[in-house]
Amino acid sequence: MRALEVDQLDVDLGGRPVLRDIRLHLDRGELVGLLGPNGAGKTTLLRAILALTRTRAGRVLVEGKPSRPGRSEIGYVPQRHEFTWDFPISVEHAVMSGRTGRLGLLRRPGVTDWRAVGDALDRVHLTELRRRPVGELSGGQRQRVLVARALALAPRILLLDEPFTGLDMPTQELLGQLFTSLAGEEHAVLMTTHDLVAAVDTCTRLVLLNGRVIADGHPADLQDAELWTKTFGVSETSPLLKLVRAT
Amino acid sequence: MSITDFLTDLLNPDLAFLPKALAIAVMSSIVCGVVGCYVVLRGMAFIGDAVAHAVFPGIAVAFVLQGSLILGGAVAGVATALLIAIFAQNRRVKEDSIIGVFLVGAFALGIVIISQAPGYAGSLQQFLFGSITGIPDRDLYLVGGAGLVILGLVLALHKEFVAVCLDREMSRSMGLAVFWLDIVLYVLVTLAVVISLQTIGNILVLALLITPAAAARLLTDRLGVMMLLAPVIGGASATVGLYLSWSYDTPVGGTIVLVATAVFLAAWLVAPRHGVLTKRWRRPSGQEPVDVTRPARLSDLAHPQDPSPAVR
Ligand SMILES: Nc1ncnc2c1ncn2[C@@H]1O[C@H](COP(=O)(O)OP(=O)(O)OP(=O)(O)O)[C@@H](O)[C@H]1O
Ligand SMILES: [Mg+2]
Repeated sequence: MRALEVDQLDVDLGGRPVLRDIRLHLDRGELVGLLGPNGAGKTTLLRAILALTRTRAGRVLVEGKPSRPGRSEIGYVPQRHEFTWDFPISVEHAVMSGRTGRLGLLRRPGVTDWRAVGDALDRVHLTELRRRPVGELSGGQRQRVLVARALALAPRILLLDEPFTGLDMPTQELLGQLFTSLAGEEHAVLMTTHDLVAAVDTCTRLVLLNGRVIADGHPADLQDAELWTKTFGVSETSPLLKLVRAT
Repeated sequence: MSITDFLTDLLNPDLAFLPKALAIAVMSSIVCGVVGCYVVLRGMAFIGDAVAHAVFPGIAVAFVLQGSLILGGAVAGVATALLIAIFAQNRRVKEDSIIGVFLVGAFALGIVIISQAPGYAGSLQQFLFGSITGIPDRDLYLVGGAGLVILGLVLALHKEFVAVCLDREMSRSMGLAVFWLDIVLYVLVTLAVVISLQTIGNILVLALLITPAAAARLLTDRLGVMMLLAPVIGGASATVGLYLSWSYDTPVGGTIVLVATAVFLAAWLVAPRHGVLTKRWRRPSGQEPVDVTRPARLSDLAHPQDPSPAVR
């Protein structure tokens, strides 16, 4: 059974077609990079996978069953700006907030919940800062809080929206290694990114998206310049192509 | 007037309205302080304002029909809160415009209704600026009961409210009913406003919701502490405000709000970590917290011991 299967998915937003005929699958042990220009529909695809947006046609299967919100198989790391960083909350409680849905109404976090939070903080190397207010963290530390919040559910599938944006090299490397080792532990990881170097370097497979899936394959198999010019709408002389050829 | 005189007056059976007013003022400011924390943290002060105005037609109808002002206000306020929540789902008109439309419309309706009642000028002033006389016993129980229900709901749904406040997108993906949680929160804000109208008055009630919570936010980075401090600041402001108002014969609502505002200003100046003066005093002594925008890993090594205690 596939961790994730998207079949002939169509999504409209505001009456305009955004995604058409998306076919995509994700297996355990894979770390897949979703690449595409601004407005390509990357975030929309992640939201459709999470059943957060209405779809026009097609279906999304998560471990064989139709997707719906609140399934703890999937961990979601939204873009950093979705989070209210000036909220008076400590790192560990922000991470615990990821378990709110799982806990259910009227239940308070117990030993198991705190252990899950502790493990998640360990994985992103934030244990030392667990009591610090989230407003006093750097961008990279914030990104790690969001990853830890998703990991606190111990999900088998992880969806990340631009986890590398605005991060320095050491933090990118730390997160990249984390995603790689999660994939190594039989997780299925799907992340959007604008960072081609990091994507080519860390991902086991790349999906090029621009309204529809333009290419899907191992980084080494995506050397054809036309795929990239088609996806990103850049000219033959774009530095992007040099980057692709170099890798 | 000395504090002893105030206490004597409180116990004087001829002045039975005074302890009643005090009880209502303190209870409602405690409730407003707690609920106000969400309002401040979510930046929904405008919604509080809208609801405060929207309860006016309900109060006017209740006044004309000689019914309970609190019930009348609650019905109108909750109806408006629901309308705002539903209309706000349509993203073509922004939430603040919708609130603006309802806010003024409802207030206009209230003024038209109350102008139909004979001798409305005096009551109008009472609605707008609050009063400590003429509170029926029934209202005392109504405020107490409503206050307990509100605090109970806050306690029950706190975890969910925090999650939605932090990150709506993530909350949806966790399967939380974000829309319904919004509605419950709007209704709680409405009820907190309604039970405070009696003493504070319609115009100033927003201050009871916002000012103590905002002052508490300045004093702490821990949500739990903030939600304890805000009602304490609110309750203390109500008590001190009522005392001052009784001593100097000033309008009670205005005096309470001025006391709360003074607390806010004091917090702004001398809050332990973020106060304007505190920072200035601290800088030369070299105790300024290390810049938090430095690279990630170095800081972790440099600060294995984090001084701030747990939130909540
Ligand atoms: N709420 C909305 N209503 C209408 N159109 C929308 C809405 N949200 C997004 N869109 C449109 O859908 C398209 C895809 O947006 P999406 O956010 O998925 O792109 P993206 O690939 O994530 O882009 P970016 O790299 O900038 O994050 C865009 O053309 C955008 O204009
Ligand atoms: Mg996006």
